[in-house]
Amino acid sequence: MIEVVIDARCNGCGDCVDACPSDVLEAGPGGKAVIARQADCQTCLLCELYCPADALFVWPDCEAPVGITAQQALASGQLGAFRRDSGWGEHAASFTNQHWRMGSIFERARLQAMEIAAARNSTEPLQAEENVR
Amino acid sequence: MSLALSADVLVIGGGLAGTWAAIAAAREGADVVLADKGHCGTSGVTATAGPGHWWVPPEAREGAVADRLKRSLGLGDPDWMRRILDLTWTSLPTLRGYYDFSVDDQGQPFYRGLRGPEYMRAMRRLALDQGVRILDHHPALELLRHGDGAIAGAAGTALRGERPWTIRAGAVVLATGGCAFASRLLGSATNTGDGLLMGVEAGADLSGMEFCNYYTPAMAGTNMARSMAYSFARWFDADDRELDIPNGPDVTPHLARALIAGPLFCRLDRVPEDIRRVMPQVQPNFVLPFDRKGIDAYGDRFEVTLHAEGTVRGIGGLRVTDEACQTQVQGLFAAGDAASRELVTGAISGGGAVNSSWALSSGQWAGAGAAQLALGQGVRAEELAVATGRTGLRPDRAQRPVDLRAAVQTVRDELNDYERNIFRRGPALAESAARLDAVWVELAAHARGEGRGAVRTREAAALVAAGRWSKACALARRESRGMHRREDAPGLDPRLATRQRAGRLDKVWTAFEPAAAQAEVA
Repeated sequence: MIEVVIDARCNGCGDCVDACPSDVLEAGPGGKAVIARQADCQTCLLCELYCPADALFVWPDCEAPVGITAQQALASGQLGAFRRDSGWGEHAASFTNQHWRMGSIFERARLQAMEIAAARNSTEPLQAEENVR
Repeated sequence: MSLALSADVLVIGGGLAGTWAAIAAAREGADVVLADKGHCGTSGVTATAGPGHWWVPPEAREGAVADRLKRSLGLGDPDWMRRILDLTWTSLPTLRGYYDFSVDDQGQPFYRGLRGPEYMRAMRRLALDQGVRILDHHPALELLRHGDGAIAGAAGTALRGERPWTIRAGAVVLATGGCAFASRLLGSATNTGDGLLMGVEAGADLSGMEFCNYYTPAMAGTNMARSMAYSFARWFDADDRELDIPNGPDVTPHLARALIAGPLFCRLDRVPEDIRRVMPQVQPNFVLPFDRKGIDAYGDRFEVTLHAEGTVRGIGGLRVTDEACQTQVQGLFAAGDAASRELVTGAISGGGAVNSSWALSSGQWAGAGAAQLALGQGVRAEELAVATGRTGLRPDRAQRPVDLRAAVQTVRDELNDYERNIFRRGPALAESAARLDAVWVELAAHARGEGRGAVRTREAAALVAAGRWSKACALARRESRGMHRREDAPGLDPRLATRQRAGRLDKVWTAFEPAAAQAEVA
């Protein structure tokens, strides 16, 4: 769930407030984002992706908040990691979108599973890709 | 102060199907409003995923259709399969300039799969450029109907300021997504079946609601249901004994059996080294839970869970009755996961490829059909319209507080439990139906909320309603077909090689279609 907004980093642009599909965030004093309805957070991480200042920190546990502080978030080295790996903003040239490789990765998995099955003398047909996200 | 608008076409829901619908309606020349419960661009299960499409070159299509028809186990329709293959092929390249398509190892543009956040960002931009008016954080609560039964618009609540809104429209497209039954499936929090409830209240019916038991693995405690890496997984029990579970399309019952027996663990050490290196740029969100928790995804053993997908990668939804995806209600169209996907998937999941093509296609057909209808007959905005919403909005008896959290938990317990939902048996299905009926009676009698409370109340009502339809359909289908698995009725019953409809609210109704009504049964 969303754990903390790093106040010193937030530039008050409001992009995260608009982007949140569960309307968890609000513009607080000075326009800076505040967590208004934490219990509604669905841990989709998209607020991090839409924050150009890398000021938001989401912890992967989706059932309940764990109480991470701004200091812990800063020390994690993870602020902005999702936006970076996604190649958004200034990362566009260095972190290109490799999503197109998914098909070949599924194919590798399918072949691997067939090899394992063959090693076990099994001949079950396998269709790995279509139903896997 | 309330907001009152009028438009030719109102699209409810701004995910993949809703945006395609709005764009198609605008291209027909219609004035279009798109109202999203969250934010068009991040709402829905596409935005957190990486959808491939059913992308087949023309020369290979008949083979693909024949294969899919066989696997649809009698419930698919080859003409609808051909239609979505064709429209997918011509539509995706039109996103050039909005989505930065990659070039594959052969230097060819790669259209088949798009990464979710970038796909939905592109769809929002394209919709805005087509003149669509987007209302974010504007959940719909109910549909409005003319005296003659035709759809007249919708009403809802704007979350900012908690103001009511009313939008009159000549036609409405329901693109509210599937119902994930309040599981922790990534991206599905807003997918509470709202469109199914609103549609049935307005007179539409449903099809295929028994097919809602697809599950996806994720690290325990997280919602990260990006499952590509798990196609390389090895599975272990609490004593670290490796389980004999072959990966492939039928892995779910095996994982569920293991989870019923005790904790289930996973090792991803068979993921090849080169794939590990590129994974953050293929699926950036997949790696985050591991990195943040300090777990070596490819070295450490970690605990896993299965998340229920409900009708998201299940199949059921509103029944469409013509090629424009209109429901049996005049002026009410359904698209994407809000509609039944049996026509193109049959009794097996269309997750990943076929469902995306269905969203893209049904969205455009619904949007264009809605636009043509509205432009032909007008919006009729001055005519009297009747609100159709009931449970959660207009209690039958005295309004009093109802425990919504408990209601939603009942839905979770009855719909998502592995034993009850994967390994189905008549008596357990009947028990679940009775528990859900009791919750429904309480909600219908007393529940009502204001502002955000109205949204939460209606979500609870929609979840319970969808759960009741699902259980009734699963109970009536006394056989095993595709993902619907009855432990007390194994195997196909040839008499039931037909789609099953459902509907109504106070007393749930189900009926199998006559087999003759379906063309080319496999």
